[in-house]
Amino acid sequence: MWSWIDTLVQGLMLGGLYALFAMGQSLMFGVMRLTNTAHGDFLILAAFAGFSLLSAFGLHGVCATAAIQLALLPLAFVFGYGLQRLVLNGTLGKDPLPSLVVSFGLSIVIQNMLTEVFTSDPRALDTGELNMQSLTLGDHLSVGILPLSIFIIAILVVAAMQWLFGRTALGRAFRATSDDKEAAQLMGLDARHVYGLATGLAFVLVAVAGTLQGMRTTFSPTDGPAILLLAFESVIIGGLGSFWGAFAGALILGTTQSIGFRLDPGWGVWFGHIVFLLMLALRPQGLFPKTR
Amino acid sequence: MSALLETHGLTAHYGDFQVLFGVDFVVEPGEVVALIGANGAGKSTFLKSVTGLLKAPRDSVRFGGETISGLAPDKIVRGGIAMVPEGRRLFPSLSVEENLMIGGFTRRAGAWNLNAVYKLFPILRERRHTPGTALSGGQQQMVAIGRALMSNPQLLICDELSLGLSPIVVKEIYDALPSLTQDGLSLIVVEQDVATARAVSQRLYCMQEGRVSLTGRSQDVTHEQISKAYFGI
Repeated sequence: MWSWIDTLVQGLMLGGLYALFAMGQSLMFGVMRLTNTAHGDFLILAAFAGFSLLSAFGLHGVCATAAIQLALLPLAFVFGYGLQRLVLNGTLGKDPLPSLVVSFGLSIVIQNMLTEVFTSDPRALDTGELNMQSLTLGDHLSVGILPLSIFIIAILVVAAMQWLFGRTALGRAFRATSDDKEAAQLMGLDARHVYGLATGLAFVLVAVAGTLQGMRTTFSPTDGPAILLLAFESVIIGGLGSFWGAFAGALILGTTQSIGFRLDPGWGVWFGHIVFLLMLALRPQGLFPKTR
Repeated sequence: MSALLETHGLTAHYGDFQVLFGVDFVVEPGEVVALIGANGAGKSTFLKSVTGLLKAPRDSVRFGGETISGLAPDKIVRGGIAMVPEGRRLFPSLSVEENLMIGGFTRRAGAWNLNAVYKLFPILRERRHTPGTALSGGQQQMVAIGRALMSNPQLLICDELSLGLSPIVVKEIYDALPSLTQDGLSLIVVEQDVATARAVSQRLYCMQEGRVSLTGRSQDVTHEQISKAYFGI
């Protein structure tokens, strides 16, 4: 009995990380209808950026990693904004193919560049003792401090995104531009700038998720596509364009994988895919489609 | 007095297909000008060229004495031109109040704010938290007008205000327009209902096949002149 509860709790913690994977993807799709197939690779790029900065400054420990993580956020925003203004805006239109092809190309470039610079060896971000510390809940249950922290960060990020979209002028601009780009321009909104801000914000979320992934486990240059798949599955299970939906989708995915791992160590990822396929067959619009 | 809006020899193309052929059009400050014409006459293309959605040839569109051809739509809104688009085009994921607030995104100084819009259309205050697209057609049109006014424009372009609305609602909407021009706001009213267009405007332009086929004071042009300019017969 307790072992099953433990499995569920660990699954929820894993789902928290998957939710962070999904946030940037959900934001970019929600505002621009842009499917960024390089999403996972940018996440890994952020993890390697954190790794490089820690190595360059010779820093160690969880505090240094957290500081580097925070320092990466403005850089990620500028990078995302620039990428959107200089590259991705030119691919947007009624035809989704150009953005898919360009982001697929970026994915290949990033993977090869990272392999060239860092080799294919797995790396990790230094977390000191944090990765081994846990919170004991009663006699039968314990939760890792790092996974629990990631889960709490995921909840805070989702709540912040929901607040931003629902309560702020920037959120209204995101929603209006997403609803009708031409009408939004007639109201004085510069769609190219709004899209740039959305991607900048998405890349902040990518940097958060990438560095937390690097703290929780190892990463290597070709891990991006697997992360993209998890982000996709979370977003689609939860419903396109809904942050809490993507969060719920990620928790379902994480929990299902955890149950699969418990039944057989080789079944975890496969179980997640089964749930995703069932959702596509039974409720293709997802659990909570665009509930803004 | 110099013209507020002036187009000179305005042409427009969709690819190789020419739609406008040298349109000359003038709106004076505080004036209400009607633009009439059958479907496909080029009215919407003309409006797209003025509002920047379609790139106009250099120096063919001037507003307040300055050329605005080639500017992006958001820059033109910031300059003082607002539009009530055909079919309202409210933002479905925004409430009534949020739709109005998006209209005020440019923060141009002026008398129009949420309270002023609610005073003009009191029903909108009651429905302010309702999704914009959940309102009746007439109420949606009020939101669209209020949203455009929120940018405190000097020139308001109303594209097909009566489209899909009952005569009573159309009258209610048009009854509100005179109060808008009291503070010097200029209007371009695009209408297929010729009688309404003549009644609310001081001057009118009729377009046919991408050209201005008739222009004059609304009360002076005859029914026969309009018929000929409208249908070409």
